[in-house]
This record gives sequence, C-alpha cells and structure tokens, in this order.
Amino acid sequence: MDISAYKGIHVFCETSKGKIIENSLELLGEATVLKSKLSHNPEVTAVVIGHQLEQYSDLLGEYGADRIILIDDVKYAQYRPDFYAEALAETCKEYKPEIVLVGATLKGEEIGPTAAKILDTGMAAHCVELNIREDGQFVQVVPAFGGKVLGDILCPNFRPQMASMKAGLATKQQFSGKKAVVEAFSPDIKGFGDKIEVLEVIEEAKEKVSLGGAELVVTGGFGIGTQDGWQKLEVLASKLNGVTGCTRPALDEGWTEHEETMIGTSGVAIKPKVYLGFGISGAAHHTCGIKTAGLIISVNRDANAPIFDVSDYKVVGDWEAIVDALIEAL
Amino acid sequence: MSLSIAVCVKPVPDSDHYDKITIDPKTKRVNRDGIPTIINTMDKNAIEAALKLKELHGGKVTVFTMAPDSAVENLRRVLAMGVDEAFLCSDRALGGADTWATSYTLYKAIEKTGEYDIILLGNETEDGGTAQVPSQLGEWMAIPHMTNIINMTYDEGKVTVERKTDDGSIKYRVALPAVFSVVRETNEPRIPNVMGILKAKNKPLTIFRADDLDLDPAFIGLKGSPTQPGDIFSPDMSRKSELISGEPDAVAQKIIAEIKKTGVMIG
Ligand SMILES: Cc1cc2nc3c(=O)[nH]c(=O)nc-3n(C[C@H](O)[C@H](O)[C@H](O)COP(=O)(O)OP(=O)(O)OC[C@H]3O[C@@H](n4cnc5c(N)ncnc54)[C@H](O)[C@@H]3O)c2cc1C
Ligand SMILES: Nc1ncnc2c1ncn2[C@@H]1O[C@H](COP(=O)(O)O)[C@@H](O)[C@H]1O
Repeated sequence: MDISAYKGIHVFCETSKGKIIENSLELLGEATVLKSKLSHNPEVTAVVIGHQLEQYSDLLGEYGADRIILIDDVKYAQYRPDFYAEALAETCKEYKPEIVLVGATLKGEEIGPTAAKILDTGMAAHCVELNIREDGQFVQVVPAFGGKVLGDILCPNFRPQMASMKAGLATKQQFSGKKAVVEAFSPDIKGFGDKIEVLEVIEEAKEKVSLGGAELVVTGGFGIGTQDGWQKLEVLASKLNGVTGCTRPALDEGWTEHEETMIGTSGVAIKPKVYLGFGISGAAHHTCGIKTAGLIISVNRDANAPIFDVSDYKVVGDWEAIVDALIEAL
Repeated sequence: MSLSIAVCVKPVPDSDHYDKITIDPKTKRVNRDGIPTIINTMDKNAIEAALKLKELHGGKVTVFTMAPDSAVENLRRVLAMGVDEAFLCSDRALGGADTWATSYTLYKAIEKTGEYDIILLGNETEDGGTAQVPSQLGEWMAIPHMTNIINMTYDEGKVTVERKTDDGSIKYRVALPAVFSVVRETNEPRIPNVMGILKAKNKPLTIFRADDLDLDPAFIGLKGSPTQPGDIFSPDMSRKSELISGEPDAVAQKIIAEIKKTGVMIG
C-alpha cells in the first residue's frame, strides 16, 4: 500500500432528527487540531450520509470543515448499517484520507469498524486522546480495563488510520463565517441488498438531557438508595442550576430514566466546571468519564471509597444530610 | 427448521478486581495476577439469547472463543449453562490480535466447524471494550450483521430484530445467515445448575491450534494486526482529596463557597 497517496482528515458526521450531532462537531474540532499538528496542512473533510442534506453545509464549515462530501440519496433516508458503512468505505477509496474520525455512537461503532474491514485497515475504538507523533504518525490513545490503563495505538502500515471517540472528549472549534467547499458523491453501493429490510423506525419521545454543555453536574450513585432520595438530588440540581447525572447502578435501579446521563465508559464523558458526587464508590468505569471536570466534590459514608482519590474535596458521611443542608442553604 | 447457532464468547478479567491491575514499569506489560477470569457479561447475554432460540425452535448452540488454554474452565461453565459444544482457538501465534485479526480467526474457526444460521456475540467486551469484533466478523463472513440488538425473534428463515440507536430504536427483518451482537437489556442470563454442571463434563470441547485452522499467517496475531500497540500507562487522576468536616450545615456552606469560587452561577 502506498501510504503517501493518503492525505487529509475525514470526519464522518452523523445526523439525528435533522441535526448534526454534537459528537460530530466535536470531532471536526479535533480534526482541525490534528491538522494544525501536521506539517502538510491536510484538508478537513466532513462526510455526511443521508437524505436531503444541503441544510448542513454552512454549519459544518463554521465548525472547521474545509470541504463537505454529501452522500445524499433516498436509500440513506433510513439507517442501514451496511449502506452507511459501504458508503463511508467508498469515500475513503475515492478520496484517500490519511485519517478518518467516527463518533463512538451506537451507529458509529458499527459503521466505523465495518468500513475498516471493507478497507482492510486498522481502527482504534473509543479513543480518549488523539495525537500526532513527531514522525507524523497518528497516535490513538485507547482505554482498557474501564480506563485503568491507557495505551497508544498506531496503524503504521495501512491507510486510512481510523479512530472512534465518544461525545464529551474533544472540543468544538468555531470559525465564524468560514465556508466549506461542498461536493456531492454518489458511490455505487450494494450492501446486503434485500437481505436486510427496515420495518420500523421508533423515535424516542422523551426529551434527552444533555450533560455535554452543563457547567454543574450533580451525580448520584447506588448509595442514594431510593427513588425518593433521587428526587432530592433533582431538587438540589435544579437549585444549583445544574443537571443530574448517574452511575450505572443508579440507572439500573430505575431512579432515573435518562440513560443518556450515565457517566463513564459505557456512558458519556463530561467536563463540567463542577461535579458533585453522592453515594458513588468511584469505579474506574465511572471516573474515567469525569477526568477533565473542574472541581470535584464527593460525599460517601465510606472513608476509603476510591472516589475520594480523584476528588478535590471529600465529605465522609451520609449523603442525605449534606444534600438536605445544601437545599436548605440555597 | 431447527437452528444452528454459533456464539462467540471471550474470557475477561473480572472487573470487580480491576484495582489489582498494575503495569510493570520495565516490561510495560499489564499485570493481572490474581484476577479471576470470567466470561464477558454481554457474551452471557448472547448465550442466553441463543439458548432461548434453541428452546423455541430446536437446534444446537456452539460457542467459539479465542483465548489461552486456561479458557477451558470458562468454557465448561458456558457448557453448563446449556450450550452443546465449545471450540477454543488457542495458540501463541494468535496472541496480540486486534479486532481485525481476532474476527478473522473466529471466522475461520466458525467456517471450519460447520454451517450456522445465526452467529451471536456480545456487543462489547468489558476489558477492551471496542465493540468492533461483531461488525468485522460479519464482514469477514460476508453476511448481514447488526449490533446493539435488544430484541430478536425468528420465523420462516428470517430474524426480526430491534436495535438500539442513540435516539430510539429500529426494527429490521434480516435474512439468515446473519451475525448479531446483543446488549445487556436483551435478557437475564441464566445461572448454571448442578445438573448442567454435571452434564458439561461430558460435552465436546475442542482446542484448535493455529495449524488446525486454515489460516493465512499474515492475518493472525499481533503481526497480522493492522493496529499496533505503543506505550501503555496508568492515567494519574488523583487530586488533593481535602477533607471537609463538620456539621452538615457547615459542610454545605463550605461546598457552596467552593462552587462559587469556580464562577459557576448558582441559584
Ligand atoms: C463493562 C462495564 C462498563 C461499565 N460502565 C459504566 C459506566 O459507564 N458508568 C458507570 O457509572 N458504571 C459503569 N460500570 C459499573 C461500574 O463498574 C461500577 O459498578 C459502578 O460505577 C458503581 O456505581 P456506584 O458507585 O453508584 O455504586 P457502588 O459501587 O455500589 O457504590 C455505592 C457507594 O455509595 C456509598 N453509600 C452507600 N450509602 C451511602 C449513604 N447513605 N451516604 C453516602 N454514601 C453512601 C457506598 O459507600 C458506596 O461507596 C460498568 C461496568 C462494566 C463491567
Ligand atoms: N477473543 C475472542 N474470542 C471470542 N469472541 C470474541 C473475542 N473477542 C471478542 N469477541 C466477541 O466480540 C464481542 C465484542 O468484542 P470487542 O469488539 O472486543 O468489544 C465480544 O462480546 C465477544 O462476543
């Protein structure tokens, strides 16, 4: 494989309910940072697959895209993993990017590796950091064992170098007024043909809570113990103008129905200015999601709870007494 | 029609013991001594889904794993759940495989042992957690594949699945053979009973060495992997951990004061 033929950074931009998702905008920002570290100043290309996509062009330019490739066809109106992955792979064959970034969303986690296999190249999943080494190689930092260990991944002999990253880790960059060149691309794809049939698309009715932009997050864990207890956290969060986040056990208990507010490896990564944690033990699976939070204060009745090691301030005691006192004081 | 179902399972270190994981500063290897190995949780969901399909439609459930010889113990437990047969691909030459090389090896093992209507996997492992093997296995096998499955029913040669997305779910009807990976919500995996454990002792369990499979040596193990590992390290997340003590009121005042210092506007 002639590696030198591959130039440029592609970002697969995912849409949801007629909008480009935040994760994709963050990855565009990440791509502009990587671009600045590469001496040949590669182009940043946003690849959008779907139907009736024109509307996104201005937005993607402003978030850093130099070029936009629109793969627009009625066959992409509903999500078919085989169609989307093959279209992304075909784009790589045609445009030969050196790097491809894909959001580690429930769709991206399927489109990315499928495309990587079609292209027979490497892909690093759930990267927490992306870098360019002095020799120009793309370094992808991936977590193992729930984030206890981090490791560098390289893809020295194949192109493109593919990586996925979930929401909340990269930072959006804005270039107001920047216009991207728009190109239409119509790859000839087959997927698995009529072996896959879309029966029904079920859109969740309930509003999603976004922890992404939150400045203050009140997080509850298994130690909260009851639904009534959880209500108190919600009251505290709203008094503090913040939002509530949860650990996996708190979600499993059904105290909150907002799966999207679960913080950690299988949930979201957040970077609020303030994180308040109540009744949380501090498993690596959870704490890897709060690494870049500003102030971390946690309350746990167990003086040896690991969450304390990663906290700026710790309170050893019953969470409820502290939450009651906070609500009272506000 | 009875169903022939393959399930891929991976033995992983028990996440309850992750605190024991260290990195040898010299060799830069992850030291996981003393950490018990369990079958990846979502793979148990995949086994459960397979056993349910077998109960409804008849057939056979075969598991595949690529792991060291010690995985025999894990596989006995899987057989005790009700799985009929197990294959272990174990060889030094397979070590260090990334998802591309892992899915290739699993594909070759599956191909060697027979024809399967449905191939099930967990959606992701808890140690590496890439969630890439299912899609890549499907591509190697060149049959339809889909991840994040929460629901699955079989009838008339096809499977109807519901897959989770970030904004809801989508229902598909997929022709077999096909590959699916399931998530935790799919079901509650059964726990082996005494009868199952006794029966498992006599169930077929075969170990494949690399030579037993018709593998392209350029596609296996660390050497055959497109991605290559570099440095490893433990992130240092420790902070000052200053104790706030006193009566709840005083603690609350201190917390509020600290929040205010950050400039966040509260109430
Ligand atoms: C593959 C995998 C992925 C995972 N992904 C995630 C993830 O993304 N996010 C996540 O959060 N978890 C995840 N987990 C689970 C994770 O490993 C931990 O089990 C989880 O984070 C623990 O949640 P917790 O701290 O709420 O509960 P626990 O560990 O049960 O801790 C509860 C804490 O509350 C304290 N407590 C109890 N009562 C009180 C009281 N009255 N006052 C004060 N403190 C009290 C206890 O001392 C204890 O420390 C994952 C696990 C696996 C295997
Ligand atoms: N070495 C392996 N042997 C058997 N199955 C595996 C192996 N690695 C991954 N899998 C399967 O692929 C799924 C996803 O793994 P991963 O892509 O590593 O997160 C797992 O839940 C298993 O079902």
